[in-house]
Amino acid sequence: MSIKDIESEVISEFEMFEDWTDKYNYLIELGKSIKKIDEKYKQPKYLIKGCQAQVWLHASYENGKIHFTADSDALITKGIISLLLRVLSGRTPDEIINSDLAFIDKIGLKEHLSPTRANGLTNMIKQIKLYAMAFKAKNKQDPNR
Amino acid sequence: MNFNIQKLREQFPVLHQQINKKPFVYFDNAATTQKPKIVIDRLNDYYNNENCNIHRGDYHLSRKATEAYENTRKTVQSFINAQHHHEIIFTRGTTEAINLAASSFSKKFVNKDDEILISAMEHHSNIVPWQLACQERGAQLKVIPVNQNGELIMDEYLKMLNEKTRIVAVAHVSNSLGTINPIKQIIDAAHKKDIPVLIDGAQATAHLKIDVSELDCDFYCFSGHKMYGPMGVGVLYGKEEWLEQIPPYQGGGEMINEVTFAKTTFNQLPFKFEAGTPNVADVLGLEKAITFISSLGYENIQKHEEELLQYTKKQIENIDKIRLIGTAGKKTAVFSFLFEDIHPYDTGVILDNMGIAVRTGHHCTQPLMDFFQIPGTVRASMAVYNTKEEVDRFIDGLKMVRQMFG
Ligand SMILES: Cc1ncc(COP(=O)(O)O)c(C=O)c1O
Repeated sequence: MSIKDIESEVISEFEMFEDWTDKYNYLIELGKSIKKIDEKYKQPKYLIKGCQAQVWLHASYENGKIHFTADSDALITKGIISLLLRVLSGRTPDEIINSDLAFIDKIGLKEHLSPTRANGLTNMIKQIKLYAMAFKAKNKQDPNR
Repeated sequence: MNFNIQKLREQFPVLHQQINKKPFVYFDNAATTQKPKIVIDRLNDYYNNENCNIHRGDYHLSRKATEAYENTRKTVQSFINAQHHHEIIFTRGTTEAINLAASSFSKKFVNKDDEILISAMEHHSNIVPWQLACQERGAQLKVIPVNQNGELIMDEYLKMLNEKTRIVAVAHVSNSLGTINPIKQIIDAAHKKDIPVLIDGAQATAHLKIDVSELDCDFYCFSGHKMYGPMGVGVLYGKEEWLEQIPPYQGGGEMINEVTFAKTTFNQLPFKFEAGTPNVADVLGLEKAITFISSLGYENIQKHEEELLQYTKKQIENIDKIRLIGTAGKKTAVFSFLFEDIHPYDTGVILDNMGIAVRTGHHCTQPLMDFFQIPGTVRASMAVYNTKEEVDRFIDGLKMVRQMFG
């Protein structure tokens, strides 16, 4: 499935929710069940500063694809991270660089990504794209990797 | 006399809207209060009919605007009961007022190894300007500690006053906790050792009657926008004797007497501290905010807010796993709290979806959050137009949060 396919999948899941409480209950559930980040990555080096909620992000590169794990101290933030990683983790650098994450707007969570929001998500997406660019550059120098 | 709350609310256009299809509950009044129509209309009126630069043009409109501006200075003088109207300096807000005082005072009076005393509950605005001053003058910043209730430890304070202390700067009311500090005691104790005191009144003027003559404080700072006035205007009150002695803060037009390239002589008070074109419209708006407050009377404001405080306290204490931060004996209607197991950000998101505006985070008081060892709090801060029905909605919101996060 392409990034767009997964985005559509998420959008149709969210269409089933009747009101905001369903949506947020789902995000909370996602937050609780997110794939755990290895504790050794929960240190300042992997920390993305938000003003309030903190986000830790780790990336690894394998067979041309980037795998992310992440965590946050706020549960709703973690739920949104889980959606973002469902779309972006396990993708090639180019797929990640070219993604516009339009689904976030369609499922009514865009406000959480506004740069003034203090949850670190905007910076996390920036960091994900930076990783993609870095791995892409590295890959060019060393195509056998 | 008590006021009619519904009539009062009608004066605030912004309160009457729906957020996410629910009635808007505004509980972020410590950040900024909403503005009554008389303030909004005053701004409009000024720009529609009166706009000109002041103190300069010798024509009808300019004279009129100058007069209105200078009248507001007198209104502020009597609002805080200052001795002289030239002790009222208009600034952009509390932040600029403190920066002005800290910078100019320390240039004249603070030297190497001197001490400046602030408290552990200060807003960054009453920390950073003093830090900068200390760096520049080679002085030390000393911090009055707080106890677990969020009150200043007065015994410690008294011990910290010494012959090296040059000034004490503390908040009248804490923005993140609502604690009302015993500033009269603080001022008297400092004055016994001839140490001047600056009071950060940003969180006080909407709730408490200020009388700088009775307090005998040396400086008092506040913001218009936190007392039903416009953004972009604030006041530095300073005793004449200090304002005369300390150097100007910014240079420019208005504040000079005579300029040659060799030397400039400065204008008299208050103009010495008001360089450049002032914020006339907002100053005039501030006057109407004072009119608004006076028309209600502080007694009524306090009575109403105290009722909200007690009403909220009773209910919030019964919610499971809530920890209140700031339980001082004397406080304004501010509730800073967090659920033991829920990040303040998450609580804020749910309340926001219910149309309830609260602030989450460290409230520009990071050192205080460190003291309580928390990442931040959820803060609900109330004003005179808030109602018990709104408190009920807020409490329902908290119950919803509790339910959703299990
Ligand atoms: C206690 C206190 N001091 C200073 C300030 C700064 O005020 P302003 O941003 O209006 O300059 C605030 C504002 O939040 C405050 O609460």
